[in-house]
Amino acid sequence: MHRLLTDSPGKEMLLLGNEAIARGALEGGMAFATCYPGTPSSEIPEQFFKISQESDLYFEYSTNEKVALEVAAGAAVCGIRTMVTMKHVGVNVAADPLMTLAYVGTKGGMVIITADDPSLFSSQNEQDNRFYARLSGLPMLEPTNAQEMKDITIYALELSEELELPVLLRTTTRLNHIRGSVKLGDLKPLKTKGNFQKNPFHFVVVPAVGRNLHKVLLQKYEKAAGKSEKSPYNIIIGKGKWGIVTNGVSYNYVKDAVEDLGLSDEVSILKLGFSWPLPRDLIVRFLMQVEKVLVVEELEPIMENDIKAMAHESTLTLPIRGKGVGRLSRLFEYDPGMVREAIAQYFGVEYKGTKALDLSGIPELPGRPPTLCPGCPHRATYYSVKQVYGPDAIHPTDIGCYTLGLLPPISMADFLVCMGSSVSSSCGFSEASDQKVVSFIGDSTFFHSGITGLINAVHNNHKFTLVILDNGTTAMTGHQPHPGVDTGPLGVNLSQISLEDVVRGCGVKDVHVVKPFKIRKTMEAVKAAMEYDGLSVIISREMCPLFAKATGQGKKARPFSVNHDKCKNHRDCINLLACPAMYLDGEQVEINKYLCIGCSVCAQVCPENAILPMKG
Amino acid sequence: METKRLVFVGVGGQGNLLASRLLGEAALAEGVPAVVSEIHGMAQRGGIVESAVLIGNVTSPIVSPGEADVLISFEPVETLRALGKCNKSSVIITNVHPLPPFTVAVGQGTYPDVDDMLALIRKKAGRVIALDGDAIAEEVGNPLALNMVMLGALIGSETIPITAEDMKKTISSSTKKAFLESNLAAFDRGFEEAKAN
Repeated sequence: MHRLLTDSPGKEMLLLGNEAIARGALEGGMAFATCYPGTPSSEIPEQFFKISQESDLYFEYSTNEKVALEVAAGAAVCGIRTMVTMKHVGVNVAADPLMTLAYVGTKGGMVIITADDPSLFSSQNEQDNRFYARLSGLPMLEPTNAQEMKDITIYALELSEELELPVLLRTTTRLNHIRGSVKLGDLKPLKTKGNFQKNPFHFVVVPAVGRNLHKVLLQKYEKAAGKSEKSPYNIIIGKGKWGIVTNGVSYNYVKDAVEDLGLSDEVSILKLGFSWPLPRDLIVRFLMQVEKVLVVEELEPIMENDIKAMAHESTLTLPIRGKGVGRLSRLFEYDPGMVREAIAQYFGVEYKGTKALDLSGIPELPGRPPTLCPGCPHRATYYSVKQVYGPDAIHPTDIGCYTLGLLPPISMADFLVCMGSSVSSSCGFSEASDQKVVSFIGDSTFFHSGITGLINAVHNNHKFTLVILDNGTTAMTGHQPHPGVDTGPLGVNLSQISLEDVVRGCGVKDVHVVKPFKIRKTMEAVKAAMEYDGLSVIISREMCPLFAKATGQGKKARPFSVNHDKCKNHRDCINLLACPAMYLDGEQVEINKYLCIGCSVCAQVCPENAILPMKG
Repeated sequence: METKRLVFVGVGGQGNLLASRLLGEAALAEGVPAVVSEIHGMAQRGGIVESAVLIGNVTSPIVSPGEADVLISFEPVETLRALGKCNKSSVIITNVHPLPPFTVAVGQGTYPDVDDMLALIRKKAGRVIALDGDAIAEEVGNPLALNMVMLGALIGSETIPITAEDMKKTISSSTKKAFLESNLAAFDRGFEEAKAN
């Protein structure tokens, strides 16, 4: 049985923040979940995927975030409790349905998880998705620890159902990947079937309907504001004369800092967990009981600006500051020392931080950037393309493990903004320059948002080569399936869609399917694509070795070793491939037999045929 | 209860996330308040993996520069890289077995001499417990048990209110049978090394 199905109310478990959200969903009667995976949200749907195989829960990995939200919207208006999970930039993809679903509303409770990533641990930007609550008019909740992540999920489902409005639940990476003690509650029976009551003048948003629904949204917003005033997640802690307003993970830093600085009697904290609509009356009451206020929030000064406006409206003149105090900035995540220092500085308290060790005399340390795994098929594909096209072609790339092709010696990533941008930006590159263009996209990313770009390229007669790196899974986020995957080994039976059929169906005439570990044949296909006067697609197909191993699909191959009698130390192997299984022992290239998976690419690259399978 | 801030660093695949998680589990089982934080995702592709365990009256899940009470490092270069997390009274527990990054192999950096690194760490830090965790893991017949050696050394350092018995209970309940004996042996060896260190 899945551990999150443990039916022992009152029991305490150490749960990952994301597991706590999943458990909260089950305790809140959520029966229908969709997602597109993305760090730091991915472990939430990972739980649902497994749980759906042993319970009534419906779960799907949808093609992208927009699709995920629309699928869930259909279920939610039937009266089912739903959840949709995505990373912060995923909300951009889902923003179109989000804005108007806010007008239409829902019947069953619907919680949309937006997992923000301050400090960009695994993302292309650190946008602050609290703006989405303001943009859409939807309520937003922000938990502060593992227990609250579970509890606030239940609260969010109930709030959503009561308001008939989707609720945004915002987390940040630190909370998604926290592990803390969580006290379990009762599991709710899941209501898996509802009934759709037709009402086109509510559900079909033509302009006349939309005009009406905007009014409805504003009414719901007022109701939400009333709820926010009385929410148990919006509370004042302490009675001191110095005020601190905070949210999310920062609440922990504030709470610890106040204790560390011995300021418990001096400070009162306004903790905002129901952070949109803001509880205006509560905030004004808080402002009236303190002498000055510090706002501690990561990223944008959103609460700070709103609270300043509220103070102005209430003709309160107390000092209110946030960004710019100490090291509190709009950049990156905060840490406990930074918050302690800012509090001490703002309220004029003496504070000497712990002195970190003096780091002088430490030699320059070799970098350890993340890298493609030993035997990763992407490395082989990159090698073949570079051999054929040389170093001058432009390589728009996309989001996945293969983005690591950015680093030398591969250095084959030239432009990236978001999921799917490899294909569409190639259209622009190929028209606006005379340089050759070879772009790279993963299989999952292609299904997510590469197809529309490809159709655009065909229709508008763009000429470039698109390489689809088909490793049979969504590798970067933890091996989730996608429409092109054979899901049998994952224990489910979903229809598999052929990449070739999709590509040809989009109208591409020059299509090649290659096995990247066969270097010569791959290079022949790349050459043919380069010579073709038009749009070419190369599907480079080899399963992610980590995924293959995890699902028992791996083929046992003998590791390789270097024959030093033959080796003339060209080092093409190590210099061109940079496989982490290779290392220099003095001046000799060696292969770590525990890391080598026997892909044989280095053996094909070696001009002296000095790399051979190990005997025995 | 006194607050203890622990930082674990290692390289993807060395198992330091499991070590910090098991420590959190052991703390929970013994009623010791603890919060763990991890970094997942991109950082796991052979990069540096960092986690933190905070024990006692504290809810912040991460450790600021200079504020680690204990640094548990699975790789000597990573010990040096993480030294900024420590102060004069920090306890540093470090594996001495080097795992050079691929950047060294392609000539983008030099891997410092391990003895020089250790001398530097000892000069700067207060208490240092250095051990060859990989050699110990090999000796007990389970090369993947480095994380158990390091957990043993942490408990043996007597820096946190978790006993060897508590920790071994948690290890036993979350280890596959085939590896249990070697995991516990690895733990014991790490424990003894720290005691003697």
